[in-house]
Amino acid sequence: MILTTRGLTKAYAGVKANTDVDFDLPAGQTRAIIGPNGAGKSTFVGMICGRIPATRGTVSFDGQDVTALPAHKRIERGMAYTFQITSVFPGLPVRENIALAARRGLGRNKAAVRAKTDEVLTRLSISDRADQMAGDLSYGHQRILEIGMGLAQEPRLFILDEPTQGLAESEVEDFNALIKSLDAETTILLIEHNMNVVMEVAEYITVLDQGMVLANGTPQEIRANAAVQEAYLGSGHA
Amino acid sequence: MNETSKSHSLHLGLIAVLALSYFVLPAYHSGNLASVMVIAIYAMGYNLLFGYTGLLSLGHALFFSAGLYGLGLVMHLANWTPLPAFAAGLIAALVVSAVIGFLILRTTGVAFMIVTLMFAQAGYLTILYFGKYTRGDEGFALKQASRQIAGYDLTDPGVRYFCALLLFSVTLLGLAYIIRAPFGRTLIAIRENEERARMLGYNVTAIKLKAVILSGVVSGASGATYALLFGYAGATFATVQYSIFPLLWVLVGGAGTTVGPFIGALFMFYLIDYASGKTEAYLLVVGVTLVLVTLFLPHGIVGTIRTRFLRWLP
Ligand SMILES: Nc1ncnc2c1ncn2[C@@H]1O[C@H](COP(=O)(O)OP(=O)(O)O)[C@@H](O)[C@H]1O
Ligand SMILES: [Mg+2]
Repeated sequence: MILTTRGLTKAYAGVKANTDVDFDLPAGQTRAIIGPNGAGKSTFVGMICGRIPATRGTVSFDGQDVTALPAHKRIERGMAYTFQITSVFPGLPVRENIALAARRGLGRNKAAVRAKTDEVLTRLSISDRADQMAGDLSYGHQRILEIGMGLAQEPRLFILDEPTQGLAESEVEDFNALIKSLDAETTILLIEHNMNVVMEVAEYITVLDQGMVLANGTPQEIRANAAVQEAYLGSGHA
Repeated sequence: MNETSKSHSLHLGLIAVLALSYFVLPAYHSGNLASVMVIAIYAMGYNLLFGYTGLLSLGHALFFSAGLYGLGLVMHLANWTPLPAFAAGLIAALVVSAVIGFLILRTTGVAFMIVTLMFAQAGYLTILYFGKYTRGDEGFALKQASRQIAGYDLTDPGVRYFCALLLFSVTLLGLAYIIRAPFGRTLIAIRENEERARMLGYNVTAIKLKAVILSGVVSGASGATYALLFGYAGATFATVQYSIFPLLWVLVGGAGTTVGPFIGALFMFYLIDYASGKTEAYLLVVGVTLVLVTLFLPHGIVGTIRTRFLRWLP
């Protein structure tokens, strides 16, 4: 298992956003987390990457307990995280946004940083926008840029929080293709509300509801699960 | 020309113009320009933290005074020669900014501003408390005979001018280099989006501490240079006013630009010089000008030129 959580719990002033979440993610898998709005999905991955301090419970990454580590140390160990609400460096050029991500792993090796940056720009087909300010990009391109920052980190665990939110249909298709192409390279933990994306890219699905794990299973199993349909698929959130 | 060589040309051009100015300008103005270059060092130090890292300090007079007194006291009380005394000024600023930085970075936003203000005030009171050595508000003059380096008399206007220019140039080119280097890019990233920088794996607090220290040392270098070249140290330099000045210079000149601090300091120096010659209410003139600048040039003089015309400006 590349990632394991035990009893992970988050309480906000009495309201429990996550309650005793036990979670196991094998290396190499593409896992989707689904669940209605407010189910606690963002809180859960926030606790995994260290952005949100857990009230209690443990997080293990690559066999080591990282519960006590601050976010930047967890990222250093090979996690990458993209925000649900687009989060780039608006006043820096697109190229520099990606270079900043690449530099954490590649350090002062300028040539390697440049090569990695160019590779990501090409892979996401945004080379022609490399010199634009990130803040001047369209919303869709900012989302793509943010994914590119994650790619440049070469993570072993890539966490994406609703990456296709607000993307146009064609952009969603590109995104699906990108995730599939990443399948062999890294472990992916994807929060996704677009069921077409989930069914297409996920190998395995975890359903959260009211801060708890409601079900785990393959896309077929989840589709057939009555409780899930009750809580989620039937409720119109999909 | 690519952007790097354009910005090199800009900086070297500015330095060349300043060097030539000494021979062209009347003595009164070249004297002024020497002061402006020294305070521009202070403004550049401030700009590193405010303009590039996005941290608004209201207490930089503390770092300026650490350099001022670090050099001044060892020359005044212990008869140190200028070069070791200058090193003492830098070390004083380094120690003060490291300790203060460690404490203030526990806060953010408005709390950060208030805490920096309070520490600077505590520094001012400390200077007054040790009035026996510092001579408080009245201050002390450095003996002319002690202000010599390798036979050069720093009280000579020409030597003073080129000494100021040398330190100004080193600071300008050094900071321009840092801003282009990965470290500088990281500072800008923190300014632009601290949370994102953290989630890319950067230890934001440690990087900010480095920025505070670097900013503090450059401000201290300005203070030490000031004491050395103008031969005076006094507690006035530790007052709130001297914490506000660099903020104004940088806002007027252009926060987050390499030459903005100098332009802002130059502009404000002459504005005050001109207005105080015309009217008792010169601070009103200054205030109105500031309001106009912030209304019509929200990015400052150089910042506006960058947004409107020259996107490559560093
Ligand atoms: N900072 C916060 N303070 C208080 N409550 C919060 C905070 N963040 C999230 N919550 C609450 O926690 C619950 C789970 O939120 P979230 O993890 O964002 O859900 P999801 O991502 O599944 O939509 C919601 O009820 C939300 O209102
Ligand atoms: Mg969410």
